[in-house]
Amino acid sequence: MPRFFQRRPVRIIGIALIVAVLLIASLALGSLKHYSPQNYIQLILDGLRAGSIYALMAMGFVVVYSVTGIINFAQGEFVMLGAMICLSVDAMNLPLSPALKMIAAIAAGVLLTTGIGILMERLTIYPARRSSAVTLIIITIGVTITLRAAALLIWGADPHVLPAFTTLALEDRIFRFGGVMIQAQSLWIWATLAVILILLYVFLQRTLIGKALRACAVNRRAAQLMGINPSRMSMLAFALAAALGAVGGIVLGPVTRPIYDMGVMLGLRGFVAAIIGGLVSVPGVVVGGLLLGVIENLAAGVTDPAFKSVVSFIILIAILLLRPQGILGGGEKSTEEL
Amino acid sequence: MLKLEKVNAFYGRIQALRGISLHVAEGEIVAVIGSNGAGKSTLLNTISGMIPARGGQIVFAGRPIAGLPPEKIVRLGISQVPERRQIFSTMSVMDNLILGAYHRYGRDGRQAVERDLDFVFEIFPRLQERIGQTAGTLSGGEQQMLALGRGWMAKPRLLLMDEPSLGLAPLMAREIFRVSGRLRERGTTILVVEQNAHAALALADRAYVMEEGQVVLEGKSSDLASDQRVQKAYLGKATTPPSSPSP
Repeated sequence: MPRFFQRRPVRIIGIALIVAVLLIASLALGSLKHYSPQNYIQLILDGLRAGSIYALMAMGFVVVYSVTGIINFAQGEFVMLGAMICLSVDAMNLPLSPALKMIAAIAAGVLLTTGIGILMERLTIYPARRSSAVTLIIITIGVTITLRAAALLIWGADPHVLPAFTTLALEDRIFRFGGVMIQAQSLWIWATLAVILILLYVFLQRTLIGKALRACAVNRRAAQLMGINPSRMSMLAFALAAALGAVGGIVLGPVTRPIYDMGVMLGLRGFVAAIIGGLVSVPGVVVGGLLLGVIENLAAGVTDPAFKSVVSFIILIAILLLRPQGILGGGEKSTEEL
Repeated sequence: MLKLEKVNAFYGRIQALRGISLHVAEGEIVAVIGSNGAGKSTLLNTISGMIPARGGQIVFAGRPIAGLPPEKIVRLGISQVPERRQIFSTMSVMDNLILGAYHRYGRDGRQAVERDLDFVFEIFPRLQERIGQTAGTLSGGEQQMLALGRGWMAKPRLLLMDEPSLGLAPLMAREIFRVSGRLRERGTTILVVEQNAHAALALADRAYVMEEGQVVLEGKSSDLASDQRVQKAYLGKATTPPSSPSP
């Protein structure tokens, strides 16, 4: 079956068939609940919102994996740290207007989390850089547990709140189009994803250091011969991944209630999104993230919200069984390219 | 300029270099010939720092370099054109060349790098035509040009070339060797490792013959080319370029 599934036409027909069956099934289930088109649009929009966060996380997975060959399981903790640091700074008694305070809080969340990412690489990955990838991956799991425990000590076990960006209050502004509702925060999330994508594109394609990062991903030994220091690039990759995670956590903050262990399920979904995208291409994993968000939300919507987390596990298992190189990854062998 | 004294190195568990001693003087082209698995590539990788030297001394421009990481060694002025090219296949021709000069942007500035780009395009007009093309889609010969151009963009005092003719049509191989001559006129010293002994001896001033990790013969290229042992072992077989890749 797996080899059969790799032949391109078969694969396309296969994917189309699966999608069609799932669509019909969800329509059938939805009609049991008397869903109107607006209900579906709402589900898809909410899915795209969650998917944007998965996409941001998946980019973090890709950057680290391409450059170092490590799956960084602490990616979900970066999201948590971004949100937590941001809401803590925002809750401080600073002599600033609410808007300025929010901006300061966002900057603090991103910068401090980036710093934690760099520290993580220097303190745990760098000393073990000559070890196998498996060892390094287990190290990232250790870091994950440490960060989560530290968060529990600092922020406690209760969920926190972060005000919405538009109103700077807990109540967000809501736009209504027919029967469809869009929170202003959703627009912030989509805009953030778009801006981050453009920035990342410019960084990787147009700057020398971005090109060096890509070179390291394509051929580490050759990059070293060009004078590129792979351990510096590894540090840069972790910094980028932490920043991407923090941004995701901060824009997500107002629509969830940030809690110390939010990184667990988010990390898993970001990982699934990265796997859907084939783990090596940024555009691929962005599509993967959005797709995962929509599928998950539709499936939960037409059945039961409790199904939500099951969906990503099912997708993960299905992909690992059928196409370990990802659904959107290249046909036979995907060359490494960010 | 470069001097190796009794250098040992391992390729995995195999001792690939057994007390190698050789030297390269400024402005020379020196060839190392020998069959598959003689340790030629390990020799270059040891000089460039990709493989650690175990014992012995490597001195470049009066400075011991054994033990330095490759990214430091390239800054001292040794650039390697690796075996089987190792270009950044998913990146553009231009990006490959720019990355060759990666460490020079801070030191020499953008303008110096751009002048050198012009020279690369002058010796390889084909690369200029394909400037935006993805490097992996180039022909084998063009990829070798790119690898050579990229290696030269580091503006090395010493250029290490590993099997530049490997897998190339004879005409293309000749082109590569011709350009190597031009690089020397530009003041670049070259240490080239080749299975194609004919071409290598025609290009080089001096040559070493390696067997099982040791230098067994050395001398002026013209002397070696007329040496009976060399003729029998390397030149007889090497009139057609070898096509089998070495490990």
